[in-house]
Amino acid sequence: MLHSKTRDAMLFQIVLAIFLTIILLIILIPFWRVIVTAFIPLDIYTREGVPFFLSPTKWSFEAFRQLLGHSMFPRAAWNSVVITLLGTAISLFLTIPLAYGLSTRTLPGRKLIMTLILFTYLFSPGLIPVYLLITGMKLTNNYLAIILPPAVSVYNTLVMMSFFEGLPEELKDAARIDGANELQVLWHIILPLSKPILLTIGLFYAVFFWNEFFTPLLYLNDNNLMPLPVLLRNILISASFNEYVEYNAFSSSSIESLKAAGVLITMIPMLLIYPWIQRYFTKGTLVGGVKE
Amino acid sequence: MTLKTLPSLPPSTEKLNFKKFLRSMWRQRWLYFLMAPTLIYFVVFKYGPLWNAQIAFKDFKPLLGVMGSPWVGFKHFETFINSFYFTELMTNTIIFSVAKLLLGLPIAVICAIALHETWLVKYRTFVQTMIYLPHFLSWVIMFGVLLVILSPGNGLLNAIIEKFGGEPIPFLTSPDYFRWVVILSDIWKETGWSTILYLAALLAISPDLYEAAAVDGATPLQRIWYISLPGILPVIVLVTLLRMGHILEAGFNQIFVLYSVPVYSVGDILDTWVYRQGVLQFQFSLATAVGFFKGAIGLVLIMVSNRIAKRLAQQSIY
Repeated sequence: MLHSKTRDAMLFQIVLAIFLTIILLIILIPFWRVIVTAFIPLDIYTREGVPFFLSPTKWSFEAFRQLLGHSMFPRAAWNSVVITLLGTAISLFLTIPLAYGLSTRTLPGRKLIMTLILFTYLFSPGLIPVYLLITGMKLTNNYLAIILPPAVSVYNTLVMMSFFEGLPEELKDAARIDGANELQVLWHIILPLSKPILLTIGLFYAVFFWNEFFTPLLYLNDNNLMPLPVLLRNILISASFNEYVEYNAFSSSSIESLKAAGVLITMIPMLLIYPWIQRYFTKGTLVGGVKE
Repeated sequence: MTLKTLPSLPPSTEKLNFKKFLRSMWRQRWLYFLMAPTLIYFVVFKYGPLWNAQIAFKDFKPLLGVMGSPWVGFKHFETFINSFYFTELMTNTIIFSVAKLLLGLPIAVICAIALHETWLVKYRTFVQTMIYLPHFLSWVIMFGVLLVILSPGNGLLNAIIEKFGGEPIPFLTSPDYFRWVVILSDIWKETGWSTILYLAALLAISPDLYEAAAVDGATPLQRIWYISLPGILPVIVLVTLLRMGHILEAGFNQIFVLYSVPVYSVGDILDTWVYRQGVLQFQFSLATAVGFFKGAIGLVLIMVSNRIAKRLAQQSIY
C-alpha cells in the first residue's frame, strides 16, 4: 500500500518535471533560434539556410560588427538611455509627493484629489486628445512628448501610497513635534525608509520607458532622436534598410542575421539588469495585487 | 459628534467648521506645496486631454481650434455605429481579449500548480526566471523573435512544415492565421508572468490542509483538485472579472507592431483604427468619438466588474 503510494508520487514528480521542461523549451527555443540566426556565417547560411544547431567554433560576429559599425545603433542606444533615465527621474519626482500626500489621512481635500485622480485612471478618451495636446504644445521632436503623458501612473502611485501608509505614524509625529515641515519629514524620514518601494516603482517606470516605441514613432520625426525599439522596428520591417546598416550586394551577413543581431543587441541591456528587475517586480506586483 | 445629528445647525457653527477646515488646510500648506507640481501635471496632461475630448461632439477644424469648432452632437458616434467597420472592429477587439483570457488563464493556472507541486526547488527557480523573461521585452523584440519562427523563408515552423512536405505559410500576413499569431504570441509572452499571482495564492493555502490530505491518503491529483484549485479559485475569479473590465483593451502595442494591410480585416482593433483615422487620415473628431465610445464602455465595465469582485472576494483592485 505505502509502496504504491510513494511510487505514484514519484511518477507524478516525473510527469511534472517533463511538463516543466516542455514549457521551458517552448520559451527557450525561439530565443535559441534568434541566437543561431544572428551568429550564422554567410557561407553556411547561403548553403543550407539556418540549421538548428551551430557549432560555437563557427560563430560569426559579422552581423554585430556591421550593425554597431554604423553610427545609428550606438546613437539609438544612447537615446534610449536618455529617455529611460530622464523619464524615470521625472516620473518619480511627480509620483512620490502625490503618493505621500494621499497617504496622509488628515489632509483636507484628500478624498477629492483621490477621486479626481482615480477618474483619469478609469476613463481615458484615447489617443487623439493627447495627440492634439502634445502637438498643440509644440512638443514634437522633444523627448518630453514621450515622457510626460505617461509620467505618473495611477497604479504605481497607489502602490507607493499603500507602502507609505504602512510606515509607523509615530516617526512622522516625532519629527513634526521637533518642528520639521512636511518637506523635511518626507526627505529625512520617509524616503530613507522607502528604498525598496522607490526601487520597485523606479524599475516599473524604467522598463516602461525602455520598451516604449509607439510614442517615439508618433512624435519624433528626426532620425537622430530615435530610440532603440523604433530603430529595431524599422530594421525588422526592412524600411529604408540602408539608412541604418551598411547593406549591399557585398554585405558579409544576410538580412536575417542582421535582424536577429538587432533583436539581441536591443535585448542585452534588459538581460543585464533582469535579476534585479525580477526580484523587485515580483514584490511590487504582489503588493499591488493584494492591496486592501 | 452629537452636533452632527441635530436637525439644523446654527449658522455660527457652520462658519466655525469652515474656519476650522481652512485652518487645517493652512496647517498642511507644506504638503500642498509639495503636491503642487503633480497636481498641475494632472490638470495639464490628464484633464487637458479630457477637455480636448469635446471634439468628439464637434466638427474639429485645426484652424478653428478645439473651442472654435462647431458642435454637432452625436453625429460622429452615429457615423461610427452605422458604419460597416463597427462590427468588424468590435468583433476583432472582443475576440482578441476574450481568447487571450480564456486560453491564457487555464495554462497559467496549470503552470502555477506544476511549479508549486514540483520537488525540484532549484529547477523551479530556473524555470520561473526563464518564463518571466518575455514579459519584460517589448513587442518590437517579440516581433523579431516571431519573424525567426514564422517567416515563410527561414522560419523554424515553416522549415518544419516544409520538411514534412507542406507548403510554407505566411503566418503574419495571412488572414487565416493572423488571429492565432496574435493570441498565441500574447500567451507565450505573458503566461509565465501571470503565474505569480496564482503561485502567491497557492503559497497562502494552509499547509495543514495538505498534511491532512496526505494522512487521508489522497493522490496528487486529488490533492490538486480538492485543495489547490478551490484554494486559488477566488484569485481566478478576481483576475477574470478584472480582465473582463478591460475587455476592450485588446493589446494595441502588440497588434500595431504585428499587423499589416493584408490582415486589417481580421486584425484591426478599435485602438489601431483610431490611430489610423486620427493621425494618418486627420479624421480627428471621428477618431476621438470612437476613443470616447471605447472609454465610456470601459468605464462602465470596470465599475461593474469591480463592484462584483468586491462583493465576491471583498477585494478591490482599481
